[in-house]
Amino acid sequence: MPAPTWASQLINLGAALLLLSSFAMLSQRRILSLVNLFALQGAVLYVSTAIVAHTSGATHLYASALLSLILKVIVLPWILHRLIARLNVRWDTETQLNIPATMLVGIVIVVFAFALAQPIAQLSATVTRSTLGIALAVVLLSFLMMITRRKAVSQVIGFLAMENGLFFAATSATYGMPMVVELGVALDVLVGTLILGVFFFQIREQFDSLDLHHIERLRED
Amino acid sequence: MALLLLLAIPLVGSFALAVFGARRWAAELNAGFSVATFAAACALTARVIAEGPLLVAHEQFFVDPFNVFLIALTAFVGMTTSLFSRPYMRVEEAHGRVNRRRLRLYHSMYQLFCFTMLAALSTNNLGILWVAMEAATLSTVLLVSLYRTAASIEAAWKYFILCGVGIAQALFGTILLYFAAEKILGAEGSTALLWTHLDAVKGQLEPTVLGLAFVFLLVGYGTKAGLAPLHNWLPDAHAEGPTPISAVLSGLLLNVALYAVVRCKILVDGATHSPFAGHLMMGFGLLSVVLSAFFLWRQRDVKRLFGYSSIEHMGIITFAFGMGGPIANFAALLHMTVHSLTKSAIFFTVGHAAQKAGTQVMDDIRGLIAVSPTIGWGLMLGTLAILGVPPFGVFTSEFLVLVTAMREHAWATPILLLALALAFAAIFRRVQAMVFGDSQLKPLPHSPALLPVFAHLLLVLMLGVYIPPALAEWYRLAAKLIG
Repeated sequence: MPAPTWASQLINLGAALLLLSSFAMLSQRRILSLVNLFALQGAVLYVSTAIVAHTSGATHLYASALLSLILKVIVLPWILHRLIARLNVRWDTETQLNIPATMLVGIVIVVFAFALAQPIAQLSATVTRSTLGIALAVVLLSFLMMITRRKAVSQVIGFLAMENGLFFAATSATYGMPMVVELGVALDVLVGTLILGVFFFQIREQFDSLDLHHIERLRED
Repeated sequence: MALLLLLAIPLVGSFALAVFGARRWAAELNAGFSVATFAAACALTARVIAEGPLLVAHEQFFVDPFNVFLIALTAFVGMTTSLFSRPYMRVEEAHGRVNRRRLRLYHSMYQLFCFTMLAALSTNNLGILWVAMEAATLSTVLLVSLYRTAASIEAAWKYFILCGVGIAQALFGTILLYFAAEKILGAEGSTALLWTHLDAVKGQLEPTVLGLAFVFLLVGYGTKAGLAPLHNWLPDAHAEGPTPISAVLSGLLLNVALYAVVRCKILVDGATHSPFAGHLMMGFGLLSVVLSAFFLWRQRDVKRLFGYSSIEHMGIITFAFGMGGPIANFAALLHMTVHSLTKSAIFFTVGHAAQKAGTQVMDDIRGLIAVSPTIGWGLMLGTLAILGVPPFGVFTSEFLVLVTAMREHAWATPILLLALALAFAAIFRRVQAMVFGDSQLKPLPHSPALLPVFAHLLLVLMLGVYIPPALAEWYRLAAKLIG
């Protein structure tokens, strides 16, 4: 497909930014910055989806771009900011694995993701096929972040970042899922975040802390 | 029409109970909605049997012999559980473990949970299937932490995060599936996620993409079905949530998750023309059976014990679907039915036993039969049934699975047999001690509803001795469909 080169360049730029922000999240221990990084990811996602919509002429992608703008740049960060202010959490405690080591593992993961996505990307006819590997890398990096963090809030941000990666995979490989599915996914994410908000208060009420190592009592004995 | 009712009743019920859920008669209202849902499911089943598969609402909903049997089962167990939950939750309220506001949440979410499962079963759109599965997690996560104890909040958190991560993998798998399908079916009109369309062109789908997609789908939905190694959430969620929720999680949600895996497997098999997907499922299934057999020995909490037993049975079913072929599929479908009926019956009796003893620790529950013969015998018979003692239906299905395994994958048979024997010993020694012996258990303020227990066990017994020809034909049709 003879897509305008500036568009594919911009999308590649967006993909690079997305990957970079994932690494920034991995290394960031300040929770407020994590939320801001998450909002930045949302913004990158919005711009790149809009560009894909423009070049491909798939009108329903404009709607999903708008959806990600509203949900991921405005609503979710706002909810998270309010939660952080109410719960008064600022710093994540020491991660399970120290940060340089986490970054190294992250690099290995990116290589793995690219190797995995290679055969599939060659089949793709979309302008954005080279980004599928990055999308997979973002998903796996967020997974890594969830594993290494201890605070409930940072785990949740990892969870949401994973959803960003999935969304990016959907637009980059296929020009987006059918609208009804995207609406459903967005609804699930929103409701999930609200439930987590409820959860934070329950956890706090019970444990006087959002640190998850307090709640590791249900082990196999 | 029946389908519309089937989905509308629990959805309306959820809203109605969100308003009236704190009233005295909320439990009766909840049961009423569930009975109505079951009636709609019966009507739908009768229609599908009489007129064949149903494809409605711009092809968004699809009911064939495979899912109609699960819809009927889901609605039935949903109904009996709501009947059981009425006295059970009253006792919990009398014991001061829940208040009216939490009961409102409980009733409303119970109906919503039923709705999401029925939607997941009846939809033709694989994307909507994903959305409904995620919604099923979301609707139950606050129920697991209903008692607000430290352990229950931990269990709910684990449930949410593990299932959330798992289901994110499933979404990636769905995206890959869509990616492969879009090339054949085109993105316009968005038919590329409709299962019936995918099924029609499955031979043309790109095999490498589908193979990779299946790995993600199996890990994703498999997490929800409690397959090892991502099974950690299951025993916690079963032990800490209210017992009716343990019963529907174990009896229904796990089935629905497996249903999603099998639907995807049909497509992947058609595309790859290799036993790749089946082998993967057999591996996961066997791992789950073996791991849970060992973990069963270490349990002290009765609901955790039966949670691990659910993992074991999901493993057996996954293994059977993995082997494929008419007999193994028949056995897997039968096992899904009998496991779901037996396990929910066991949870009903266990729930009341734990209420009487005031604890779920097995060492402190003694002499059930002396205090309440019906609960004691219910638990004993249910346990014997789930352990595969003839003439119960679990024996029939496990026997069929073993016979097929012996013929096609002989190496797996001793492993399976050993795991089953281990599980038998682990569970039986515990339950025997709980049922017999002296007792200081106290009577309950509300008399328990034990009709569902014996209704379930009777059905399981019947399926073991005699499967009505119509039902057998139906299983055969579904088994053939799965391939």
